[in-house]
Amino acid sequence: MEVYLDNSATTRVFPEVAELMTKIMCVDYGNPSSLHMKGVEAEQYLRYAKETLARILKVNEKEIYFTSGGTESDNMAIMGCAFGNNRRGRHLITTQIEHPAVLNTMRHMESIGYRVTYLPVNAYGQISLEELQRQIRPDTVLVSVMHTNNEIGALQPVAEAGALIKRMNPNTLFHVDAVQGFGKAKIYPKKMGIDLLSASGHKIHGPKGIGLLYAGDKVKMQPLLYGGGQQMNMRSGTDNVPGAAGLAKAAELLYAHYDDDVMRLYQCKRYFMEGIRKLEGIRINGLLPGKNDGADTAPHIVSVSFEGVRSEVLLHALEEDKIYVSAGSACAARKPQPSATLKAIGIDRNLLESTIRFSFSVYTTKEELDYTLRALYDKIPMLRKYTRRS
Amino acid sequence: MFTAFLIKYAEIGVKGKNRYLFEDALVHQIKYALKKCEGNFLIHKSQGRIYVDAQGEFDFDETVGQLKLVFGISGICPVVSVEDEGFEKLRERIIQYMADVYPDKNKTFKVHSRRARKNYPMESMEINAALGEAILQAYPEMSVDVHEPDILLNVEIREKIHIYSEVIPGPGGMPVGTGGKAMLLLSGGIDSPVAGYMIAKRGVKLDAVYFHAPPYTSERAKQKVVDLARIVSRYTGPIYLHVISFTDIQLYIHEKCPHEELTIIMRRYMMRIAEHIARETGCLGLITGESIGQVASQTMNSLMATNEVCELPVYRPLIGFDKQEIVELAGKIGTFETSILPYEDCCTIFVAKHPVTKPNVKIIRRHEQNLDEKIEELVRTALDTDELIIVEG
Repeated sequence: MEVYLDNSATTRVFPEVAELMTKIMCVDYGNPSSLHMKGVEAEQYLRYAKETLARILKVNEKEIYFTSGGTESDNMAIMGCAFGNNRRGRHLITTQIEHPAVLNTMRHMESIGYRVTYLPVNAYGQISLEELQRQIRPDTVLVSVMHTNNEIGALQPVAEAGALIKRMNPNTLFHVDAVQGFGKAKIYPKKMGIDLLSASGHKIHGPKGIGLLYAGDKVKMQPLLYGGGQQMNMRSGTDNVPGAAGLAKAAELLYAHYDDDVMRLYQCKRYFMEGIRKLEGIRINGLLPGKNDGADTAPHIVSVSFEGVRSEVLLHALEEDKIYVSAGSACAARKPQPSATLKAIGIDRNLLESTIRFSFSVYTTKEELDYTLRALYDKIPMLRKYTRRS
Repeated sequence: MFTAFLIKYAEIGVKGKNRYLFEDALVHQIKYALKKCEGNFLIHKSQGRIYVDAQGEFDFDETVGQLKLVFGISGICPVVSVEDEGFEKLRERIIQYMADVYPDKNKTFKVHSRRARKNYPMESMEINAALGEAILQAYPEMSVDVHEPDILLNVEIREKIHIYSEVIPGPGGMPVGTGGKAMLLLSGGIDSPVAGYMIAKRGVKLDAVYFHAPPYTSERAKQKVVDLARIVSRYTGPIYLHVISFTDIQLYIHEKCPHEELTIIMRRYMMRIAEHIARETGCLGLITGESIGQVASQTMNSLMATNEVCELPVYRPLIGFDKQEIVELAGKIGTFETSILPYEDCCTIFVAKHPVTKPNVKIIRRHEQNLDEKIEELVRTALDTDELIIVEG
């Protein structure tokens, strides 16, 4: 049995998506910018993509831009808004647990003279709204907060943050990196005070190399790429028609069974956590206290620290049984860089390198989880026996 | 402009009656290296020299780049090859040659001609004088220096006339295959590929063995070793890489032996396994990247302890090198960037905080007895599950 539990890294493409994309690549391969029929046909797919995504997000289709992926969407939102609103100020706010696509863009902004505030998080990976409120200044151009954390699945109070920001400074823009949340949560930018929203195709069973950026029509942004003036001059480059259509199709399929799917993901998560708790010396990271038991964090992510087991070794041990997971802290053997998120939520130093992320998808079955749990019961004691003695 | 290369070789020249063996091997290696280049080449031995003649269009830089990888070549001379159309025409060509190759004329030169075709109407001394005069006339800023010229202009009168003056240094050494075959213990670090390169440079063909320890070492660590072997094989030709699963042996040693001696005992088993494969594949020795004192397992005492388990000679070409010297060589060979990719290798996983630096061979042997017969079984299994990867650059 092959068990893929690394769906936060990427997902299997839905067959319907692949089918549609094959048709676009092999038959309707025109360039939407061409004046002839072949171009017009291709444009229809682009229109379908924008309409579909606009409907899902309850926004205007003119507010949807296609990019090369989540990273470009984040870059475009942060740099585009900072440069486009230069006169309003040079202060940006984000959190300590953002994805590198946001974090490193922010560091770059610092290097070119912007002031950046990194909000801390509590033990559950959540920012404090009071702290956010304190940090918003008259010259704050943009606040960027992720919807769902990719390592521990923490959810941020996005809607509350949106309302707060607009109350504190109506000129401050609010960007939400929803790469992990899109498809797993209902996100309506206009109701949540979100001005910009990033999402990615390949995290939702769509293709790689495509992302979307929602930018409200009042948002002033400067483009990052210059060229043929596609997408209303905001993002030049020949339109990625198969990518855009594939992303839209995947989102359409996901949101068609949204309620059932999310319920099933939570069932998987609960079932898996119950199984994990039978092991000794484990810690499930980022769980909020109370009776909800995981229902108030992302449905598809479980982060577990295994005392006395190196995550990289456990990852490869599971790989031997064709179980694919992710080492919660992206740390290379000789260059330990414990994950910023795990550090920010204050987990023990010795657990930093013992953390594994399991992430589920609509394809995940109970049998797969049983198989994985059995492998863990089998391997964890063995791996604990052979460790570096000192 | 250039249509051929004259290949200079250093040590082969002094070989006696079996010199042709070395020359043939060199021709073979050059043919192999040039397969990857655009264009067709005729490689031939003629009057104690090896020529690479381009047949039509070819890419000069790419061709020189490939020739620089062939052990046994000490110098590569790009040659302009012209038909004999009388001395007047030759004068013109020489003046043109100097214009093309030396834009800066503030140089001294000497013409060195050789009349291999004896029916040519002028003697070599006459040719030297006449061509030297022609160059001085054309470029008054140049001057003659017969003792230490900046430019030694060679003019060889053969079937055609060859003109050359530049020598691009080759890697030196001897053609691979003339010196037998040896088994390289390849780890993924900086040293072992360099060690392989150095022995191969003496004409030795390489096989390699890598000890893989899943799940403690990843697929990527293995891929890294394959990539390193591929870079080395650009010089040596195809390398047969044996991948040995070492996990069970390692864990068993970990369980039965004192922790400080783990690395030494592990290395003793690596040597045993490597020697076994070496003998089966006709290798005449083992190669390691060890250098005295670099790490605990490479002190004189440790080397003695690992050395005693095999009978085949163990070649350690880096034994007297400093790390920095090895790093520089790795950079030159092109393995450094790959070597420093951060994947754990099987030697470092369980390494003790304070491993023995002066192991006592007698004590090591006694502790190895803890392993009794089961270790033999594990070694046999490891040998039986040897995965062979043929790596070609």
